[in-house]
Amino acid sequence: MTLFFHELKQNRLSLLIWSGVIAFMTAVCILIYPEMAKQMDEINNMFANMGSFTDAFGMDKVNLGEFIGFFSIECSEMLGLGGGIFAAILGISVLSKEEKHGTAEFLLAHPVSRTSIMTQKLMASVTQILILNLSIVLATAVSVLIIGVDAPIKPLALIFVAYFIMQLEVFAVTFGLSVLLKGANVGIGIGIPLLFYFLNIAANMTDKLEFLKYVTPYGYADGADIVAENGIDLTVLILGAVITAVFIIFAYVRYPKKDIA
Amino acid sequence: MNAIETKKLTKYYGKSRGITDLDLTVKEGDFFGFIGPNGAGKSTFIRLIMGLIHKTSGEAVVFGKDVGDSRPEILSEIGYMPSESVFYEKMRVKDVLKLSAELRSKNCDKTAKELCERLELDVTKRINELSLGNRKKVSVVAALQHEPRLCILDEPTSGLDPLMQREFFNILKERNTQGVTVFLSSHNLSEVGKYCKNAAVIKEGRMLVCDRVEKLGHNGVKEVVLKGAIGLPSSEYIKNVKNTSEGISFLYNGGARELLNMLSTVDLKDFTVSDPELEDVFMHYYSKEDK
Repeated sequence: MTLFFHELKQNRLSLLIWSGVIAFMTAVCILIYPEMAKQMDEINNMFANMGSFTDAFGMDKVNLGEFIGFFSIECSEMLGLGGGIFAAILGISVLSKEEKHGTAEFLLAHPVSRTSIMTQKLMASVTQILILNLSIVLATAVSVLIIGVDAPIKPLALIFVAYFIMQLEVFAVTFGLSVLLKGANVGIGIGIPLLFYFLNIAANMTDKLEFLKYVTPYGYADGADIVAENGIDLTVLILGAVITAVFIIFAYVRYPKKDIA
Repeated sequence: MNAIETKKLTKYYGKSRGITDLDLTVKEGDFFGFIGPNGAGKSTFIRLIMGLIHKTSGEAVVFGKDVGDSRPEILSEIGYMPSESVFYEKMRVKDVLKLSAELRSKNCDKTAKELCERLELDVTKRINELSLGNRKKVSVVAALQHEPRLCILDEPTSGLDPLMQREFFNILKERNTQGVTVFLSSHNLSEVGKYCKNAAVIKEGRMLVCDRVEKLGHNGVKEVVLKGAIGLPSSEYIKNVKNTSEGISFLYNGGARELLNMLSTVDLKDFTVSDPELEDVFMHYYSKEDK
């Protein structure tokens, strides 16, 4: 467990900043809801009539006049995109940074198997993603209490669960890629969640591209869909779980055989 | 028992050569020097032994255990000093040493303290505040604090000042007397000549010679200095000819009678024939193909 705690310690500042910024932005978004709600009739009309832009963000599916609709479209996106990028940075760098910074020779000279190194780093990363998500849940809860709005628990909880699983998938994909690519860098890492995000937007915009929903984890972690259906799309979720497993297994098979530069 | 034993150990990086068919045996308790110029494959060999990279073919065994299969078991017996001393930049020296000890599930406080005192290493500093030499010292302590059976040191002295180099070798000699095997890669021949019992010379990934250090200087090659001589008859046994203000010096690896016959034809004031220093032997091996 030494490496698990070492990893958390090394990353605590980054985790603090990411959690702080996303929690702050989510809270601000929730706190302006009462202001928005007053003019909601106009806004609702405007948002509902922006054509494919409306579809892209799922604004045709939910009522922005209700808090949960507003939250699923406006606020949860912070966690969706921010959390995805955070997970991707972790995934792409947690193993490859040791090679990039030259500490691999120090670390791997110790009697710890590469599998154990991976497991400890994986656990440390999942812990960090969990801490980030819990801070956003906390910020949401406090903000909701402050504005005193009636927020339905079930769709809120489902959104958070779906986003957490989505981040795990983004982490798994980048973790697997980092083992495969020589000189995996943060840029490639950040590109992955952005690509996934825009695939989902494309899938929302036209029926022809709807199949893309099955490729990207944002397909099941789509706030508007979850609120509209009052549930998570299980088919897409299971597909996501399979992709997650495949990339993690690939990393476990490949990394022990890798030549460390 | 052999500390390290390799048979036909080969490593290719794609198509480019690492090492080729390397047979090497290092007995337990040896103080072994591994000599070669940059790019000869010294680090490749060491990284194979450490399990950082994987062999293309051949065999590598440490303390009777195959390197590929039982990595953690082997690594718990080894103290490794990489050629570059890189640690987690923001950590303090004492935390790096503690981390290293914890990764070995061993309490090394006492030995670490002793080593740090001998090497005059300030453990409260952060890694990114340290000079190259001081980073090297951290590397030395991290490699020795758990009292390994085998020390593998990749060009350990570069960056250390002469006083610290001496202290470092004193520590190694003490450990060696207690039965620890030391395997040292270097291109500094005088330190190999001074401290090592056995040595191997490699070139372009292949073993050239492996023998006792004294014998490496007595392999039939003589260093000949001719004072007052101007020209030399050409001979296939003559290598590494140097013209100095006093005359000519060269390495000679032919028979004694031929040397005397040849000298009788040269006009000279004085001459000496001696066993060359390790440096000269080294030059001899590396200039072979230039001829």
